Amino acid sequence: MTKPIIQFKHVQKRFGDNIIIPDLNFTVNQGEFVTILGSSGSGKTTTLKMINGLWQPSAGEILIDGQQISKLDQVKLRRHMGYVVQQIGLFPHMTIAENIAVVPKMLQWSHSKIDRRVKELLELVRLEPGVYANRYPQQLSGGQQQRVGVARALATNPPYVLFDEPFGALDALTRSELQQEIKRIHESLADKTFMFVTHDINEALFLGQRVMVMHKGQIIQFASPEVLVRHPATPFVEELLGTVQQNENLWRHQHD
Amino acid sequence: MIEYWNENWPVMLEDVQQHAVMVLSSLGIALIIAIIIILLFLRRRNWLNGLVYFFSLLYSIPSFAFFALLLPVSGLGMRTAIIVLTIYSEYVLLRSFITGIREVDPQLIEVATGMGMTKGQVFCQVQLPLALPAIFSGIQVALASTMAMATIAATISAGGLGQLLFEGLQGQQVVPILWGTVLTMALTLVCAGIVQFFAWLLTHRWKGVMEK
Repeated sequence: MTKPIIQFKHVQKRFGDNIIIPDLNFTVNQGEFVTILGSSGSGKTTTLKMINGLWQPSAGEILIDGQQISKLDQVKLRRHMGYVVQQIGLFPHMTIAENIAVVPKMLQWSHSKIDRRVKELLELVRLEPGVYANRYPQQLSGGQQQRVGVARALATNPPYVLFDEPFGALDALTRSELQQEIKRIHESLADKTFMFVTHDINEALFLGQRVMVMHKGQIIQFASPEVLVRHPATPFVEELLGTVQQNENLWRHQHD
Repeated sequence: MIEYWNENWPVMLEDVQQHAVMVLSSLGIALIIAIIIILLFLRRRNWLNGLVYFFSLLYSIPSFAFFALLLPVSGLGMRTAIIVLTIYSEYVLLRSFITGIREVDPQLIEVATGMGMTKGQVFCQVQLPLALPAIFSGIQVALASTMAMATIAATISAGGLGQLLFEGLQGQQVVPILWGTVLTMALTLVCAGIVQFFAWLLTHRWKGVMEK
């Protein structure tokens, strides 16, 4: 049943002489929710940006659904990959509805189809369409803006969604609320592959079906949260988990 | 003052009209050139920087000297004036356009690219609309400075409100100088108001929200 959808084969990324990622290999299967956990400078965002072609690997190859990314039409590829970032990145000169409609418009959907989709998505992220559709991003709170960010990423029902520390700048309450939402959304949409970068270990364990722990451009461990907690591969992972061990019961409770 | 107006108003109105034509055509030409330069060179940073530097050099030529230097090339009259004024406003426009476009949050540009916009779409849908406030403020600065500078064009028989100033200067009369000044200011205000209106038309929906 598992179908490899994102594959990295001996991927290297360097900026000048600075090697960010020496040799990265992993496979993500269709429909998986994978979290990439690491501190800043660990290469996690770099990894994500290579998946949607914002950055090109210096060596090695990346396969998306079996095809080499370098041979794909990047623009087309990105239109089928949702992208949510920490700074939210809503366009300030567009209303909420217009923001969500950016990619559908590029794909030349009809007006009525776009309207219907915008309404549907706002409901999915629990924002009342009648109230929010015609507002501007600056009129919404950070949490509401990020809900729109998520809605926009899902607009064309893309098979992949990439999240780059989307909840990093939100307060703890809003963050946990949005974490629940994103989990619910992933469960409600079949076969969507979510790649979620975070430096928050609780978030990584709570959301990920598998967690990829990165350090200095290398994967230290790539396993389910249970395995990660029970059998940390290295002292580094152990140390990382130290802070969480005491919360284990709490997240396990939510996870089951 | 009123008396002077009563005696000379047909000439004065003609001066205003000439002045407006001179300034607005210079600005219009400068605007078109700025747009072409931006479209051609936006992605070629060095070229663009070089061009800005080149125009800044031209900008530093004293206007009076510039008019005089062009006389052998394009002769007396409004044509020379328009060339000079275009070059002066080009620098202001180019500078503010480039700054406006470059100051658009690079994160937004990356997100737009990440969403699958082509370079052209990123420019038209994200960079340009967000740079509009800066672009319009550049147009305002260029407008005001060109309005003032255009008075000097009277020395090369280009007409305009400068004629009133020089008439006053030569005849040692204050009244024509005052009229020239007042009319220049009035014309500037009216034109600035129109530019402001267009800026408002294009940006008030989202800018209004931001300033609240």
